[in-house]
This record gives sequence, C-alpha cells and structure tokens, in this order.
Amino acid sequence: MKVNKVIILGSGALKIGEAGEFDYSGSQAIKALKEERIKTVLVNPNIATVQTSKGLADKVYFLPVTPYFVEKIIKKEKPDGILLSFGGQTALNCGVELYKKGVLKKNNVKVLGTPVESIIATEDREIFVKKLDEVGLLTPKSKAVKAVSDALKTAKKIGYPVMIRSAYALGGLGSGVVKDEKHMKDAVSKALSASPQILVEEYLGGWKEVEYEVVRDRADNCITVCNMENFDPLGIHTGESIVVAPSQTLNNHEYHKLRKISINAIRHLGIVGECNIQYALDPDSDEYRIIEVNARLSRSSALASKATGYPLAFVAAKLALGKLLTQIKNSITKKTMACFEPALDYVVVKIPRWDLKKFKGVSKRIGSGMKSVGEVMSIGRKFEEALQKAIRMLGIGAIGLVANGNYSFKNLDEELKRPTDERVFAVARAIEKGYSVDKIFDMTKIDKWFLYKIKNIVELKKEINGKNLGYIKKELMIDLKQKGFSDEQISVLANSTEENVRKKRNIYKIHPVVKQIDTLAAEYPAKTNYLYLTFNGNEDDVKFDNRKSVAVLGGGPYRIGSSVEFDWCCVSSVLTAKKVGYKTIMINFNPETVSTDYDICDRLYFDELSFESVYEINRKEKPNGFIISMGGQIPNNLALPMEKEGINVLGTSPKSIDNAEDRYKFSKLLDELEIDQPEWKELKSLTEAKSFAKKVGYPVLIRPSYVLSGSAMNVASDEEDLVNYLKQASDVSKKHPVVITKFLLGAKEIEIDAVAKNGELLAYAISEHIENAGVHSGDATLVFPPQKTYLETIRRIKTITKQLTRKLKITGPFNIQFLAKNNEIKIIELNLRASRSFPFVSKILKLDMIELATKAILNEKVHKAKKSIFEIDYVGVKMSQFSFTRLAGADPITGVEMASTGEVGCFGDDVEEAYLKSLISTGVKLPEKNILVSISGDENRYEIIDSIKKLKEQGFDIFATQNTHNFYNMYGIKTKKLHKIHEKKEPNILTYMKKGKIELVISIPRLNLKDEAKSDTYLIRRLAADYSIHIVNNIQLIKILTDSLTNKNMEDLEILNWDDY
Amino acid sequence: MKKTRLILEDGTSYEGYSFGSKQSTSGEVVFNTGMVGYPESLTDPSYKGQILILTYPLIGNYGVPKNDFDKHGIDKNFESDKIHVSGLIISDYSKEQSHWKCEKSLSKWMEEEGVPGIYGIDTRALTKKIREKGVMLGKIVVDKDVKLYDPNQKNLVSTVSCPKKIVYNHGKKLKILLVDCGVKNHIIWNFVKRDVTVIRVPWDHNFLDEDYDGLFISNGPGDPKMCKETIANIKQALKKKKPVWGICLGNQLLALASGADTYKLKYGHRAQNQPCIDVGTNRCYITSQNHGFAVDEKKLKKDWKPWFRNANDGTNEGIRHKTKPFFSVQFHPEAMPGPKDTEFLFDKFLEVVKEHKK
Repeated sequence: MKVNKVIILGSGALKIGEAGEFDYSGSQAIKALKEERIKTVLVNPNIATVQTSKGLADKVYFLPVTPYFVEKIIKKEKPDGILLSFGGQTALNCGVELYKKGVLKKNNVKVLGTPVESIIATEDREIFVKKLDEVGLLTPKSKAVKAVSDALKTAKKIGYPVMIRSAYALGGLGSGVVKDEKHMKDAVSKALSASPQILVEEYLGGWKEVEYEVVRDRADNCITVCNMENFDPLGIHTGESIVVAPSQTLNNHEYHKLRKISINAIRHLGIVGECNIQYALDPDSDEYRIIEVNARLSRSSALASKATGYPLAFVAAKLALGKLLTQIKNSITKKTMACFEPALDYVVVKIPRWDLKKFKGVSKRIGSGMKSVGEVMSIGRKFEEALQKAIRMLGIGAIGLVANGNYSFKNLDEELKRPTDERVFAVARAIEKGYSVDKIFDMTKIDKWFLYKIKNIVELKKEINGKNLGYIKKELMIDLKQKGFSDEQISVLANSTEENVRKKRNIYKIHPVVKQIDTLAAEYPAKTNYLYLTFNGNEDDVKFDNRKSVAVLGGGPYRIGSSVEFDWCCVSSVLTAKKVGYKTIMINFNPETVSTDYDICDRLYFDELSFESVYEINRKEKPNGFIISMGGQIPNNLALPMEKEGINVLGTSPKSIDNAEDRYKFSKLLDELEIDQPEWKELKSLTEAKSFAKKVGYPVLIRPSYVLSGSAMNVASDEEDLVNYLKQASDVSKKHPVVITKFLLGAKEIEIDAVAKNGELLAYAISEHIENAGVHSGDATLVFPPQKTYLETIRRIKTITKQLTRKLKITGPFNIQFLAKNNEIKIIELNLRASRSFPFVSKILKLDMIELATKAILNEKVHKAKKSIFEIDYVGVKMSQFSFTRLAGADPITGVEMASTGEVGCFGDDVEEAYLKSLISTGVKLPEKNILVSISGDENRYEIIDSIKKLKEQGFDIFATQNTHNFYNMYGIKTKKLHKIHEKKEPNILTYMKKGKIELVISIPRLNLKDEAKSDTYLIRRLAADYSIHIVNNIQLIKILTDSLTNKNMEDLEILNWDDY
Repeated sequence: MKKTRLILEDGTSYEGYSFGSKQSTSGEVVFNTGMVGYPESLTDPSYKGQILILTYPLIGNYGVPKNDFDKHGIDKNFESDKIHVSGLIISDYSKEQSHWKCEKSLSKWMEEEGVPGIYGIDTRALTKKIREKGVMLGKIVVDKDVKLYDPNQKNLVSTVSCPKKIVYNHGKKLKILLVDCGVKNHIIWNFVKRDVTVIRVPWDHNFLDEDYDGLFISNGPGDPKMCKETIANIKQALKKKKPVWGICLGNQLLALASGADTYKLKYGHRAQNQPCIDVGTNRCYITSQNHGFAVDEKKLKKDWKPWFRNANDGTNEGIRHKTKPFFSVQFHPEAMPGPKDTEFLFDKFLEVVKEHKK
C-alpha cells in the first residue's frame, strides 16, 4: 500500500466533548506522515491550533469539516488517502458520510487505518452488540430504537431505571439515566431530535468504569497501551469523572481478563490503529459489560499518551499507513520498540475542569453527559500526592483537597448521592465530619480504596490544623509533602505563611525530586525528557547542566477564556527559543495540549504552574529566565511573586504587568497619560459605588483585577445588581482592587495585538468586533483586517499603543482593547501577555507574532515587521463556538462574561464570505426555509426591520411571536404567528421546534437580564439550544447574517487553502 | 511505623518502614515492573531466595484473597502454597484495601508467612541502580542484623520441587509428564483444563520409565546448571522422540540438554510487558516473564534454532528443534500474573502430543 498524498480531517472548534486533544492527535499524525515523506492536506477551521501552523501540514484549508467542503477539497487536491480518526467525532462523522455517499470511492481515496465498516460497527449499537456477541463478549442489555413508543416498550422490558444513549454523538450528548416512564417520553424525544437512533439499556449504576487503550496493526499484533479506572463509578461520563491510570482496585485476574477481552474485541471488529474500549465491572463479582468502543483517537487516548509517554497518535498514524508495530521505535527510550505495553512506576490522576459558574441557570449536577470544558493531569508516586496536585491544577481557587475556605455544603448527603462538580470536596468534607468510609461508599459507590486514601489526607490535615509551624517536625513535614500538601496549604492549616513554610522546608532540606516518565519503569535506560516532581523519592533521574536555557510557563487547563490559543503561543515560543539556541524547558499539566508533547521542548515538566513548583524547578534547572507571557493568566499572575523571590522573569517587567493588571493602577496611569477611558472609580465603599453609579448613570460595569475571561465581571443595570455583583467581584479578586466603570452602550470594540521590544513597537494587528461592546471579546466575532473602522481611529489607536508601549517599556506580546463611539476612542484594558487572538491575527497576517515576541524577550536581533494590514487583500473572521446544547438549563446568551468554549477562523475575499465559512464551521446549518423571530422592544424590532425584509425577499418564511408579529405586519412584512410555549395553543413554538420546522431563531432579549431566566424568550432560546437550532441574539450579528445570506450562496464560498491567500 | 533498613551488598543503605513480618531477611535483590498481581508473584517458586522490588509504587490495594481450590486441588488464587520471595520492597503500602475477594491485608499475610517487607523506598532509584550495576545481594534489617546470603550458591530447585509424584486428572487419553522444578499452579491448571492427565514428578526423578505421551519441564528458581540430574534425564528423553516442551527454567534446561549454553543476565527480565517476536515472522507477543538466566543463542547446536526473541534486547526467548517435536519458551504462557496472549501454546503442545501419539 503506497500513498503519496493524504487528507487529514481536524475536529474544528473546541467544544464540550471535543476539545484540545485533537490538536495533539492531529499534529502527531501530520508529523508521522511527514516522516514517511507523504504530502499532507489538513482541513480544520480551528485557526488557534498548532496543527494548522506553518511547518506542519503541506496545505491547510481553514474550512468547515463537512462533507460538502471536504468533497470539494478532495476534488481539488486529488489525495489518495484520508485519515478519519484524528479529528474526533466531527471528522469521523464527516468521513462516514463521505463513504456512504460514495465520494471516497468515486475519487479513489483510500480510508487509511480502521476501515469504515469497522467504524460503523462501533458506532451503530445494533451492529456493535451483534458483532461482540459473535465472539461471546458481553454488552449491556439494550435495544436500539427510532421511535418514542418503541423506547417506552423496551424500557419496560429491561426495567427502570434505564439508560438512554444516542448513536453518533460526541461526549455522551443526549445520554442520561431515566427513572420512570414519565421522564422517559421527554428524554427520548429530545435525544431523537439530535440523533436518528437511540439506545435504551440496562442501568449499571455503581459498577466500576474501566477503560483500555488498544493498538493493533494490520499483521494482527495487538497491544493495550494503558488502562484507566474511574474514581466515579458508572453513571458519570468518563469525561466528567476523575480518572486514575493505571487502575488501582483491579487485581491481576480482572486487569488481564479485561485486557484480553479488549484484544479479542478489537481484533474481531477489525480495527487498525488506535481505539478505546470502555467497561463496566461489577464491584462484587466477576461480571463485566463492554460499554463502548471508540474507533478513533479520543480524549482518553490523549490522556493515555500523556499518562504513559507512549505516543498513541503518532503510532496510530504509522499503523494506518501500513507499518507494523514491530517496525516502529519507542520514541521515549529510543532503544526499544513500539510493540510493548508501558509499565508505569507512578500514578496519574485526571480531573475534569468545569466552568459551570460562567453560565446562568445551568444545573451543577454531573452525570452521563459531558459538561466539563477541560482537564488536568497530575503525576505522583502516591495517590494522595497526585490527587492534591490535580486539585490545585484546576485553578478553581482550591489549594488542595482540604483547607479550602470556599467549600461548604448545605446538604452534604444530597451532594454525595447526587454529585455535582464539587463531589470530591464533599467526600473529604464528609470524612472530616466523621462519616465512615462504609457510609460514604453506600452513598457514592466510590471504591473504598479511594475513600481510604482521601481519609489519609483528612487525617493529616487534622493533625496540623490549628497548630503552628513549630509543631511540624521534619518527619511530619515529609509526610505532609509526600501526601501532596502544598506549602500554601500547610501555611493555612498551621497559621503561617507560604514563605515561612518554604523556609522551614529549606532548613529541613525537604525538596521534591525530578523523575522521568520512561514507559518501562526504569527497566531500560531512557533518553526521555518527560519529567515530573515528586516528594516520594530521594534521587533525581536527570542531571542539570549549565547550558543557556529558558523556561516557558504553559497555560494550564482549558477552560472558558483560556484554551488552545495559549497552547499555540507556548509551542511557538518554545520552538523559537530552541531555534535561537536555547535549551528549552516547558512547564504545563494539561493532557490535551501539544506543548506537553515530549518532542516540543528539551525538558518537559508535567507539573503544577504554581509558585512552589516554579521555585523548585528554578532551584534545580537554574534557567536564564522564565517566559510568562505565553500561557495566559496563570503564568501572568506569577510575575510579581517570582520577581520577589529573585526568579528572573523575562520580557515586560513584573512591575509594568502589575500596572496593567491592577485595575486601579491602570486607570490612574491612563489618567496620567491623558488617555481616554470610560469613567471609573475604585471600589472603596458601597455608598461611594452607589453614588458613582448614580452620577454616571446605569448600566455600569464591575471589573475585578487579575482575571481572565471576565470572571465575575458584570453589568449592573440598577442598584440591586450593583450590590450583588460587587460582592461576587470582591470574592474573586480578594488581593486586588475592584473597579467600576461606566458601561457604554452602542460602542464599537476594537482590539490591537502587538509585539514590542524595550518600549518600541515592532508589529501590530488591529481587529474589530462585529458585535457592539458588551459582548465579551472572547465571545465576539472578530474581523481582521478591520472593515468598518475609520483610518483616523486606526491611527489614533496606534498612537496610544505606542504611548503605552514606551511608558510601560513593554517587551513581548500584548493586547489592548478599545471602545470607539462618535469618533472617540477609550481604552478598556491592556494585557501584557499574549491574548487569545494572537494565533488568529498571526495566521491571517502570515507573520508569527509570537516568534517575534519570543525573540524580543530573549533579546535577539529583531526587525520591525514590514507587513501591514493595508496590504492584505482578503479578510479573516474569527467566530466563537458555544456549547450551550450540552449545558442543560443554561441561558444561551452572550454578555460581559465569556461563555464560548472555542473558536474558528476562516478566510474570504470579503467579510461575508469569511463570515459564512466561519458560521458553517461552528456547526451551523444555514437555514433554507423557516426562521423564528422573537424580539423584545419596538426599538430592537425597528433596528432590524431591513434584515427581516431582506430575509422575506429571499423567500424565507418568517414565524414570529405575538408582539413581534404585530409589529412587522404593521410595516407590511408578512409573518406567521406562533403561540408562545406557555400559551399551550397551536400553532405553538414548542411543536414547531420539536418537529424540526424551525431552522434559525432570531431572538433579542431585553438588556436587563434579571428576569430573563423565567421569561418566554429564555425558554425559546433554551429550546433552540436543546434542539441544536442556531440562535442569533445580537443585532449586529443579525445584520451581517442576513447580508451574507442575501449576497452569497454556497458556490460563492471558495475552496482555497492558506497559501492561496 | 517501625523504621527498617535495606542494605545492599555494595554498602548502600535505604531507610524505610516495616510491614509484614518483623524478621530480618537476606537474598538476591531483583525487580519486577508488573503493575498488578502481587499475590501471584509472591507465591511464584521461581523467586526462591530473592528479595523482590515492585517498581509499581502503590501496593496492597486489593489485599490478599483466600484460597480457591478447584476439584483437582489446584489453588487458583496463588501460584503455590506459600510465599517464596524472601522479602518485599515497595514505595507506598496501602494499609487499607478494598476488593470483593479480599480476605486479609498483604501485611498480615506476609506476617503469617514470616516474610518481611519494607515501604517508603525510592524504588525507582533502587531499580536504576540494579539496572546499572546488575542484580546484587541485599538484606532487610528489621531488628536483628543478618548475614548477606547468596541463594545462587545453592540448588534452589531442590527446595521448591515436590517431594514425590502427584497425579492430576487420572485416566485421560493424553498423559503429560511434568518435571517439577518449582512449577506454578497455573501451568498444571492449564493442562488439566485441557483434559489431560498430569504426572508431576520431582526435579531429579528419573522419569524415563514413566508412561507418558509428552514431557513438560517447568519453571523454577536459580541457575539451571545446578539441575544436573534433570539435564541428564532430558538428554535421555530427547533420544526417545516424544514431544518435549519447557517453560522458563525448562527452556534453559532443554537448551543445556541439547548441548547449548546458558548465562546470567545482568538484571534479568521480570515484567508483564516483554515483547517477544516469533522469529522469522511479524508477530510479536506481549509476555509475562521472571528469569535471571538466559539461553545463549550463539551456542545452539545445528539441529536447533531460535523460536522467540526479545524485541527489547534481542535475547533468546525460546528454542526449537529443526525436525523433532522439542521446543521451549523463556516466557510464561500461563501468565499469572500477566497477559495471556501466548496461552495458546498449551494447545499447540497438546496438538503435537496428540499428533505424535497417532
């Protein structure tokens, strides 16, 4: 089998259930193919990824991963092979459809790796169950149904509670446990709207959940690379579970029985490459069930790769090309080969990162559907150590499993029985309160082994709680550190300071050691640079040299506001530093990233991004300095403490960073420089705040310092709001000031991403938001180069930027956000670090601004960029991806706090073309016939009257709610009235949406969102999210959408690759 | 928490805490990288005289099960009737355990069996040392100091072999003569499960006059060259042309009987993830292993050829006669602990035996 050119499908925007892991797997696949000298064509609209960077794929198409576009690309590129398993469910679904339509066959494109028949056998439950039954393997009792009545009958036969699952859905969308017939009807019709077929099956709640990652080659060599056990028993999606690797509570019989079954199943299914198999294992007998097989790289396989050091995606790509496991080298040891099963000599803990606080109205319960937006992975040599590290890594304000002020449970029993994202804290709390392990087990079904370990942590806490530092003798200190207590955590418990605990530790000479991840538990010498810190050891695995070196701090967990874009910045920065001759050190702990790939840097510390670990790594490695401006807010916040301890922070000085991050200092600075900003006031007292708000007039914006993604940022429209929000803000930003500013209505928002060296501006990119100010910049749609911004505005932005660059003596990347209204511009914020739009503007501009920034930071020779936005004759649009469908109850609306989980960026000859490509890339189907319009307020209705008219002229049928209907008919625009849901009269919105008759919802809420939660417009929006109907609720977006739909059709969306622009 | 020391022959000393028996012990220190299966490993007779390091740091998690004898009296939960390792070295001991099959804690079991353990050791650093310097003698000193003891000076097989003949599964069509050099329970179990009679005889038993259809030479501890009597008997058996199969020590004994040689590996193979290639093919099997000696492939006689080879270090993992039904493997097809990918070799051997009987 010889292929010369291969097309690789990416996964598009990051969304809940499909996140950064596919940037890792796709990048690895491209590298594997390049090594075989195969030409690579990548389709992925996710512009923030590493895989879509220069130097990887030969050609990149920033286009939607849909059959329509991929077919066109195939016709143009004429590849002879296609890889479907590296871009998540999105790529797999697209591939299966292309196969079923005969597109692949017609164009002589071979599916590499697992054949499509095998993929279908794993995706279609009926075939799947039948296939496994053929070789005597057990699956849960279940039946696939296509109608509600069938589902009810089946459920009765199996007996409630039952589990429902939808086929072809990522991250368990539409899955759930149903307790009785009443709920069944509802759940089934929802699930059937998202998927043509659903599954009703026996409920195995309380069983252990175990996974294996399996690799097989065409010669039938088959190995399991890693097994993993869920801390949370079955019933909670594996993406929502705490996961440990390897399994901890399985004995030899169970471990190897399930391993053997995995191999039998995968052989029988005919998978070639990598796959994941999930089991339910009865905690009281030898019974097991196979839950599912994912015939592609997955979140679990990314985790397994990082947990073991075995490059699953790389190997899978080689196997897809027909190589054998015996012909591939183990890239970690460089001595042994890929046909082996890693032996771990450490334990890995993964914890999901939720961001539920960002959504109004969402239920905090976790269950069989995914809600988490990212994850962290920690490595230790005790479970207690790994668990506490992982909890800190989450970045949710917890300093470990215990000693956190902010977890209290009104109803602990309820919390244990019906878990939320805070379950693990509830377990610790219960032990503290004296619940027995048996009792907690009965309520949670979490294996007692895990509970005993948590008990160990709680007991150690009790030992030092309320004591003082003098009480902690050397042996106790060792015990604390070995069980994962951080200096800060100890200081809180023992009434001390982090600094004093560290000093004490230094006196005792208690420091972590550096251990390698070598895949073979030290059996063979390994060249690996994959490292972690542990207090459970007395010898470093590696030596430290005096080479010129630099450390880059990574971005931490993917969460709302900080995701793959910062990883792109980190990777670009590390690669640049390497290129200019530095030994590079990377610190990060997110298993979904490329920055944590062993082949990116010279030394990877897969460990915490805390002051303590940075201090310890600095102590050992003594790098020339740390780059903290690439990983977003986490490293940025370390600037001051690092400087205080004498650790060399490279780039813009920590003092300048503080001047920008501290809202009070920054506003004062702007006043000093006479740069305009919205009227502002530092919060000193509530009375002052109230009178300020009264003076400038509501709405006002409340802004805490040192936060990313607008956490606790809120628009208060009256005094009641103001009081509430101020409390939230001061909770989030305890150590730093909170500022109140006038919230400008109807202003345009403009951003500049720039690079400077020693106060001199080197390069910049100005982009404009389509939405007016008020939508968080991370949610807004960006246009670059700006199309509607006046030249004069651009000139003034540049002047102000230069002024600030000089004043703060900026070196490195930075971003400023401006408001423009009536020819005035005002600054809203300055971030002295890379921003989330850096990859977007870098790729549109075809100038890697991070490379330039890194060179500036490292004091290399740099030149001012010659490229300017005026030379670009095309347009890029960056659009956000929302995941509201997965967040039951959440109001799908944008505001000053960020809510999107990912983004895409597409090119076009004009803004409309780029806009439509981006829109389709976020999974939106363009409407063909029926649009629902529901607008609050005549002002808003009037504002978009032209848009509605245009849509009508285009032949769309417009449905509207009572008032909207009356309004437009008054203006002679014929709309069809639909009754509101609560009216319970037909024709009703609910029926139309359920039946799939509405393809697009245009809905403008009132500005004051306080009562929105219960309103009818909320219900409409929520239903739209539940039934995956695209919803537009911003006036500027409605305008551009209608203009685009009016002026363009699919044929106008050109199939061009990056180099074509 | 009782402090305990581990002292190696090169003088290095490690401090840890005691679990299991409080007696001091001495032996050859070796490591195993398997992540599960301590009840099976500890009762494997091939570990006789050795102090075992488990590189996986969290041990004791699922406790120890009770005995589970099948109808032939073979205990399915353990590989023999007692713990054979002299001591156990680990990083983190789970004092509390959880498993539906658990009867007692690992510490209690070791205490009952008089085997000491030490935890709190940087087992990775220790393993690296052994990897670099080779296996060495060591001792766990709990209370009274003991002398360093070198088990390799002794015929260990004689201490773990059965004292007299035992027959399992009487009266079946096929009869396998099993030379017990320290056989693991699951080897016997794998035969009887396949409905054959197993005649288990002591290591030095002259079996040539026994009535059997196929000869099996078991695993066992120590230097194969200590088993002079067994080698002599196998030499005779090779003249009889009845099928012969060996596992682990059995592989080495067959090699020695065929005129080849064996040598001691620097630190052996003790793991559940050893890749072995079926020589001349693309097939690679993941195997369970526990051996310190290996067959020197270069010294194979011309009628013999290598069968399996270790993909990591190229050492021999099995040999076979070019024309006659004699073959053996260095790894453990019966697993326990470990992967069962090569269990089919039992079928293969019995097919050959059956074929040959016709």
